Amino acid sequence: MALRDQQGRPLVAVTGMGVVTSLGQGKDDTWAALTAGKSGIHRIERFPTEGLRTTIAGTIDSVDVEPFCAPVLSERLATLAAEEAVSQSGLAQEDFPGALFIAVPPVEMEWPQREALAEASGQTGDVTYKDLLTAAATGRFKPWHDLFIFGTVADRVADRFGTKGSPISLSTACSSGATAIQLGVEAIRRGETQAALCIGTDGSVNPESLIRFSLLSALSTQNENPEGASKPFSKNRDGFVMGEGGAALVLENAESAKARGATILGYVLGCGEKGDGFHRTRSSPDGMPAITAIRQALDDAGLAPDDIDYINAHGTSTPENDKMEAMSCTAVFGERMANLPISSNKSMIGHTLTAAGAVEAVMSLLTLGTGRIPPTINYQVPDPAIPLDVVPNVARDASVNYVLSNSFGFGGQNTCLVFGAEPKGA
Amino acid sequence: MRDVVITGVGLVSSAGEGVGAHLTALASGGVPNTDAETFAPFTVNPVGTLEWDRQIPKKSDQRQMEAWQRLGCYAAGLALDAAGAKEDAALKSRMQLIVAAGGGERDYAVDGQILTGLAKAENPGIFLNERLMGDLRPTLFLAQLSNLLAGNISIVHGVTGASRTFMGEESSGVDAIRIARERIASGQDDIFLVGGAYNAERPDVLLIYEMGGFLWKKPYASVWERPADGGGMILGSGACFLVLESREHATARGAKPLAVLAGVASDRSRRKAGSVEGALHALSKQLDAKPDLVLSGATGIKGITEEEQAALKDIAPKAAVHATGDLVGHTLEAQAATGVALAAGLIAEGKAGEALVTSVGHWRGEGAIRITKA
Repeated sequence: MALRDQQGRPLVAVTGMGVVTSLGQGKDDTWAALTAGKSGIHRIERFPTEGLRTTIAGTIDSVDVEPFCAPVLSERLATLAAEEAVSQSGLAQEDFPGALFIAVPPVEMEWPQREALAEASGQTGDVTYKDLLTAAATGRFKPWHDLFIFGTVADRVADRFGTKGSPISLSTACSSGATAIQLGVEAIRRGETQAALCIGTDGSVNPESLIRFSLLSALSTQNENPEGASKPFSKNRDGFVMGEGGAALVLENAESAKARGATILGYVLGCGEKGDGFHRTRSSPDGMPAITAIRQALDDAGLAPDDIDYINAHGTSTPENDKMEAMSCTAVFGERMANLPISSNKSMIGHTLTAAGAVEAVMSLLTLGTGRIPPTINYQVPDPAIPLDVVPNVARDASVNYVLSNSFGFGGQNTCLVFGAEPKGA
Repeated sequence: MRDVVITGVGLVSSAGEGVGAHLTALASGGVPNTDAETFAPFTVNPVGTLEWDRQIPKKSDQRQMEAWQRLGCYAAGLALDAAGAKEDAALKSRMQLIVAAGGGERDYAVDGQILTGLAKAENPGIFLNERLMGDLRPTLFLAQLSNLLAGNISIVHGVTGASRTFMGEESSGVDAIRIARERIASGQDDIFLVGGAYNAERPDVLLIYEMGGFLWKKPYASVWERPADGGGMILGSGACFLVLESREHATARGAKPLAVLAGVASDRSRRKAGSVEGALHALSKQLDAKPDLVLSGATGIKGITEEEQAALKDIAPKAAVHATGDLVGHTLEAQAATGVALAAGLIAEGKAGEALVTSVGHWRGEGAIRITKA
């Protein structure tokens, strides 16, 4: 088999995968729950929810970190996922022979830290940032500088795994995880590195981040039955449910992976991306950017639309996304879209935001490896406007050789990846 | 590998608007424009008043952004103008974008009111929920998200090839330029808009760096002078974007290159004494740099600033060395692009043959960029 693709570039193999979600730690637990149609969405217990419109999420409560805040939890989720992935790849655990690309949630100081600074300032009247600055000047809060700057999660993960070069921390909003993989693929194709550790992580379910999405009316408010709230492609879908997660992939130049006798779990065959200048949170009404991203990913993989056996949907369960995604897929896949399986992992784990593209990449590769398509659960009321085969409620076994994974985000981000068990023509 | 050239620069800072204004200020060698009053005891380099309408025509767009996004969007527009790309919708629709960004921006009054109330609240958790639900502007979120500077550039200027946002302080600025260059050099893409923006006139960012003990609180001094007196950064508001493209692509559309982006190198390590000096040696060797001009991104932080000075004495013993911090303040994610912009401007004017831009992050990450004659 040729170890270069049709464009003469090195093939990019996946040799390790790791994941942690609200369904479980590790890909075995997560996959078992996901293919059993279980939901990881539950009532939020991490902080009081009185006064909130949304009181449910797919938080990961089994992982304890100190101090509890988004960057530390995100770092921990990234590390757990990467430990599993690097271990599976058989590469050195502390001397990873390649670059790090990590999608991290934008960090900022959180309320417990602001409160601690306010208290330390001694101000008993109206608190302003002047008081916080006075407290900061004491030097007592020095570690929080490192904690709340943007490069720290990547730096710590780079130190932990001994990755090479300057790590890339990135955000493309809800497509970030896919972009991390894309950057790794590109670096291997260009020959800059033989291996890349690509991670998406998000542990940012805290009051303010939840409220921000809530104020944009992006979240489901169907709190009564948490497990039923995320209903991608259903007529009664009413928003996404926030989730937490971490996922890591070890990508390698297929030639060097084979040379060292690594087990190849699948290939990242194609990446497509397209910006959208229509609106900050809404997609172009004609769907052209998403359509272009899908087509580019197929072209990049050297595949035709008919080659795709399954679509791992972005499928957020918002009225807007699911309609736009269905329309865009129909534009690319035509009449076949009525029968082409498309399912949303988010129906079970919620929207893991920055991590989603990476989490769903791992699930796409597990579908390739096992021939099992996880379902879209909570599909009780089909939306007649978007007639799709969403693999309703129950997993399905199928012969799957090529998977398309979609990721779309605020700010006009559209990133699509194509995975294959083998490259075409192999 | 293809040559990558710089065909447009957009720059705004406390030194004014446009490369010309900055080169004039650099040549005058005077003290930069600083504001020691507004955020006393901290000095910042404030950005002057800009006519936003000139680059962000719609007021509704201006309202949707906070200062760092407006600065970045404005500088991006200047760069597109300078590259002769602004009116070419087809070109912009395939132009790629990498933004180096932080994010944040907060409603300081709301934060203060909440902190005041939290101390007295019977149930602080519920109080926080109620106040955030009631007092946060829904659209503030979009002004906080790191990738929304790129999103706004796509909306306002129609740059819609695809965008990605790199985070991570100074390093993200270097790596944004590095990845853009590699994609063009390898033939994957023809043209990129790349850069960053920073708003220093924000108490929340001053807070982060003050917690770490990184801010200069004495009367203005050059970055090179500060280490002897304890060291520290003066943050600056500003933004810089560059249009990068393959030489063939520039030639084909009749765009005149200012300079060649000959190489970008970056690395990180767990810092210890001597590691910055060693890193700069290694990076300049990797780039085969023989500069007669250095644009240093030195911060003024004690230790690393002297190490950079020592390294530059070896790497570029005869070069003219300018610190961008002494012109515009420290603009974090925008600092590397700013150095490249100034270097390209000086080379285009024939005042230098080869430049090295350095970026030694205040806390981590080292980078070097080599720029040569077009």
